[in-house]
Amino acid sequence: MIWVIARREASAMFLSPLAWVILAVVQVILGYLFLTNLDNFFILQPQLIQLANTPGVTDIVVTPLMQIAAIVLLMVMPLVTMRSISEEKRNATMSLLVSAPLGMTEIVLGKFLGLMLFVFVLVSMLMLMPLSLYLGTSPDAGKLLSIYLGLLLLLGAFSAIGLYLSSLTSNQTVAAISTFGVLLMLWIVDWIGSSVGGGQSLLGYLSLLKHHQAMLEGVFNTGDVAYYLLLIVGFLGLAIRQLDRERLL
Amino acid sequence: MIDASYLPGEFMPEPLVKVENLSRYYHNSCAINRLSFSLDAGEVLGFLGPNGAGKSTTMQVITGNLAPSEGEVSIAGHDIIDDPRSAKACLGYLPEHPPVYRDSSVDEFLRFCARLHRIPASGVAVALERVKQQCGLEQVGRRLIGNLSKGYQQRVGIAQAIIHDPPVVVLDEPTVGLDPIQIREIRGLIRALGSERSVILSTHILSEVQATCDRVQIIRAGELIYNAPIEALREGHEQIVRIALRRSPEAVELAGLAGVEHAEMLEPGRFRVYLAADANVDALVTAAVAGDWGLSELIPEQQSLEDLFIELTHDHEIAAS
Repeated sequence: MIWVIARREASAMFLSPLAWVILAVVQVILGYLFLTNLDNFFILQPQLIQLANTPGVTDIVVTPLMQIAAIVLLMVMPLVTMRSISEEKRNATMSLLVSAPLGMTEIVLGKFLGLMLFVFVLVSMLMLMPLSLYLGTSPDAGKLLSIYLGLLLLLGAFSAIGLYLSSLTSNQTVAAISTFGVLLMLWIVDWIGSSVGGGQSLLGYLSLLKHHQAMLEGVFNTGDVAYYLLLIVGFLGLAIRQLDRERLL
Repeated sequence: MIDASYLPGEFMPEPLVKVENLSRYYHNSCAINRLSFSLDAGEVLGFLGPNGAGKSTTMQVITGNLAPSEGEVSIAGHDIIDDPRSAKACLGYLPEHPPVYRDSSVDEFLRFCARLHRIPASGVAVALERVKQQCGLEQVGRRLIGNLSKGYQQRVGIAQAIIHDPPVVVLDEPTVGLDPIQIREIRGLIRALGSERSVILSTHILSEVQATCDRVQIIRAGELIYNAPIEALREGHEQIVRIALRRSPEAVELAGLAGVEHAEMLEPGRFRVYLAADANVDALVTAAVAGDWGLSELIPEQQSLEDLFIELTHDHEIAAS
């Protein structure tokens, strides 16, 4: 049942030009950055050879690329998630799902899984760029895997937050802007910690950026994974609760 | 099947839809107030009321789209709150605005609905063909729903409500915005549905109820004020006829005829004639022929739903003002 909704969500996304435009724009921008990074690598290469403990091609080309990818996706994901529940509310099609023999949990999980199918396509296409390095050199496979999973978890969290905010309103623009606001806030929340000093540990822990940075460097630890999973479960729970509550209003 | 007549009264088969003391508040305003009714299999129930009387709210509560503030709803014995999945499996619902995805084709959309209602993958094609045939959608299967006319979108909405062959179908204003030919087609479809299913039809179009329903309920300001079989509207009125005469006598002369209790003139040449309880219209016709009155119309009068509706809802407006 969850799968039925997920498939419908993903196919609806690919029926509209929005998904294709997003894939194309993200791919072009990051492709250009990838080439720039690669160019820098060629310039640096002669100096790197002389150093003892040199950073590899993964550290110099892929990690900075994916740092920027995370920020680009932070701006793009609100546009992907904004329609998921808002559109159903606006077009009064929610009652189709609510009148079917399904629970709200199945509806929300189906929607989330549909978003994740899109995310999977998006991230897999981005990963083609680092994988193309195998043509001429040998990047660190472990780090690439860590970066890949890190991006999937990060975008999973973005999707869950976007899904919840989309369940609050029938206006897609409002859903997109508020999602962007929340994501950006979670991104920069630890900036204050670095200048003030106190509260560093708590705000640092809340920051999406901190947890993502570790994975980009190839450190895949349970704490970071738990952070993302908690974020995903938490916001999906809120979305379920919100939809259940609307029947009582 | 056990013959119900062998069983004591309390073991009679449950009605398909049972609504008890249903109330629903929006914040402090009361949309429906202690509503109780039930619906048996094979019955078409017309749900009438002026705008804002609580028709749509009632439909939404019955189908589990809104939670009731008080009271109970059970569908085929399953409570909509305690056992929503089983209850919803017995329900098909067409809301006021047909819930259709404009960007998918009719076939895709109906296939999705079939899967949503847990029809196994092997049964989807059969169900799809059946509803397309029932709703007259054979020609438009590959078209995008957004490009279809309102009437066809409405049919897709109905197809969506019956694709899983539910015993109870709830239709909220199914003929709004359709042209007269489409209205006739949709009414035909509703009558066909009613022959094997229970249908709840909410509307404010009175002739629709007279044309399609077995029973009529009138709701006003959230309260049920009338609930009777549609035949009851005719009872007690067979003895009233309206006649038109080209060369009319005086009303007194009509009233003097055998079997006529009373006659009143509506306009020159038109009369309303009240016959005695045991009399029939023959005497009147014979007299008309003998007197060479030029009888041109003879219509048995029924209390129309419109009269009843206006009578019931008008009282309220007077009381309110």
